[in-house]
Amino acid sequence: MAQIFHPSTNTISRVSIYGSLAVLLVLSFALYGLSSSPYFTDVDLAKDQPVPFSHRHHAGELGIDCRYCHTSVETSSFAGLPPTQTCMTCHSQIWTNSGMLEPVRASYRTNRSLEWVRVNALPDFVYFNHSIHVHKGIGCTTCHGPIAEMALTWKANTLQMSWCIGCHREPEKYVRPRDQVFNARYEPPSRFHPVTAMGREYTDQDAMGAVLVKAYKAASLTNCTTCHR
Amino acid sequence: MSAQRTAPIVEPGHSFGTVTDKISAIVLGKRTPRGWWIGFAVAFSVLMVFQTAVGYLLIKGVGIWGINIPVGWGFAIVNFVWWIGIGHAGTLISAILLLLRQTWRTSINRFAEAMTLFAVACAGAFPLLHMGRPWLFYWLTPYPNTMGTWPQFRSPLVWDVFAVSTYATVSLLFWYVGLLPDLATLRDRARVRLAQKAYGFLAMGWRGSAVHWHRYETASLLLAGLATPLVVSVHTVVSFDFAVGVIPGWHTTIFPPYFVAGAIYSGFAMVMTLAIPLRKYYDLEDFITQRHLDNMAKVMLATGLIVAYGYMMETFMAFYSGDKYETYMILNRWKGPYAGAYWSLIACNIVIPQLMWSRRIRQNVAVLFVISLIVNVGMWLERFVIVVTSLHRDFLPSSWGMYYPTKWDWFTYIGTFGLFLTLFLLFIRFLPMIAIFEMRGLVPESREKGKA
Repeated sequence: MAQIFHPSTNTISRVSIYGSLAVLLVLSFALYGLSSSPYFTDVDLAKDQPVPFSHRHHAGELGIDCRYCHTSVETSSFAGLPPTQTCMTCHSQIWTNSGMLEPVRASYRTNRSLEWVRVNALPDFVYFNHSIHVHKGIGCTTCHGPIAEMALTWKANTLQMSWCIGCHREPEKYVRPRDQVFNARYEPPSRFHPVTAMGREYTDQDAMGAVLVKAYKAASLTNCTTCHR
Repeated sequence: MSAQRTAPIVEPGHSFGTVTDKISAIVLGKRTPRGWWIGFAVAFSVLMVFQTAVGYLLIKGVGIWGINIPVGWGFAIVNFVWWIGIGHAGTLISAILLLLRQTWRTSINRFAEAMTLFAVACAGAFPLLHMGRPWLFYWLTPYPNTMGTWPQFRSPLVWDVFAVSTYATVSLLFWYVGLLPDLATLRDRARVRLAQKAYGFLAMGWRGSAVHWHRYETASLLLAGLATPLVVSVHTVVSFDFAVGVIPGWHTTIFPPYFVAGAIYSGFAMVMTLAIPLRKYYDLEDFITQRHLDNMAKVMLATGLIVAYGYMMETFMAFYSGDKYETYMILNRWKGPYAGAYWSLIACNIVIPQLMWSRRIRQNVAVLFVISLIVNVGMWLERFVIVVTSLHRDFLPSSWGMYYPTKWDWFTYIGTFGLFLTLFLLFIRFLPMIAIFEMRGLVPESREKGKA
């Protein structure tokens, strides 16, 4: 009887057995990499807007307080987007002929809102409230990144659940004094930049965090229903 | 002497050659018998019912089933427990009886193991479909995910995932390793090139050398050692799904042993349900003899009595505890809206199987077949009673309710028979349903005993 298989079958079967294991392994790493890459999460991608609004200029260089535009951040779940009238408080006086600002003036004339492109959006099945985070000493830049450096705004964090829960499990690593929450150039305490909290100077986040978490009653809420209500 | 009264494991008059011819001819025969085609047509049509039911479920969601508050588990969990229990006989026969050197297992272990695999496939479908979003099933496994969470390791539902997937893997390996020498036999006997290639590929280069046999023996003993605890552990974990819940009728320590016994009980019933028509149709009475049926009937009798003890203890403890919810649970089973299911289960699982005490009954193939079907029904009813009666009336009368399965519940359940039978018929058409090489090992013994 003739041979059923060519001798090379041995090699082929060995290669395919180990090869398929290797392919599975590579594939799972690739999927994991993809799910945390900017391609999937939009992190670090500055988005085009109807007007190229610069947080770097307004919040950084001019030092306008976050709450001047995001008025409801301390009282509501939503930080709030400014109406065109807020823009016009200044831009009715300065840069009144700027071409770049024509959509703003058009919006003011026609009473139709500017349609900004959303940069940070959570899915609807997540309950999130700005005011409680701000009240417990979580600063704007903790989540929104170096906003004072952003010419066009980009998403600084993935907003994936692992990121949320990372802070919810260890709030003491991120909490800052309440009076520093809206400081867009805040730096955590270090030997070179001590931070004053509760009347004491700290050079180390761990020590300050432990005190602030206690003082602000910033509980580590990790129950599913905290966010998925 | 008892040998005179007991039938042999292999009928006398067989040689190595006739055993091999007989079993391999079923697979390598030129014509597929008409009965197989009819069976396959029926099984495949029922499989299409399953496909329709699942397709509609994926479109509409689990609302098409009868489940709701308070009975959130319904048919899906009843059928899961039932199918997974059926699989246990295969593992018991292949692992424990191998380690105990029970040679009579030889002619039934191959198809009992196949039955295990197909039953686990049917069982596995139900919890996945019951999740509502089965495409997210991988959330049940611990893997580095973007949610930064692990599955809830304190939940028996997670233990279930590990228990059932380990069980499926070990059963598959056991079955496949056991097939290797037979696949090589088929490769050598096949006349068609495609069959030679297919069986040759699956035989993975088996040449029957002493080294191969040595490794084979080691591997099957190791796998038997791995599978033996699984016989006990899988249904124990399944019973934890209930026993860990603080629902009257579930929260009892007797659940693990009584579930394991019930699983083996229903598994042997299913082996018998399959073996009796198979040996008749394929003329295999020489290999699956009266002795096998007799032994299986005895195993069923023993496990059935353990199950009966479980029912008795459940009832006793309900009253002995003095707990009004436990007491009401039993009274509700006896006299409540599902009393019909409860008393049918007592009849099917306890009363009727007592017939098997009689040797005359154990030798009557037709009666055994009917009893095995009745036990299958009884074990299904047992799971129905456990799931539904405990959930539909628990602590608060204001949240009591009824559970009525919808037609989609029935289509899904009946559909899994299509899946099971289709796989099983394909198995008996393309693979040797009895281990040829192990049967050859029994031939010398049958020569001795056949004379006695």
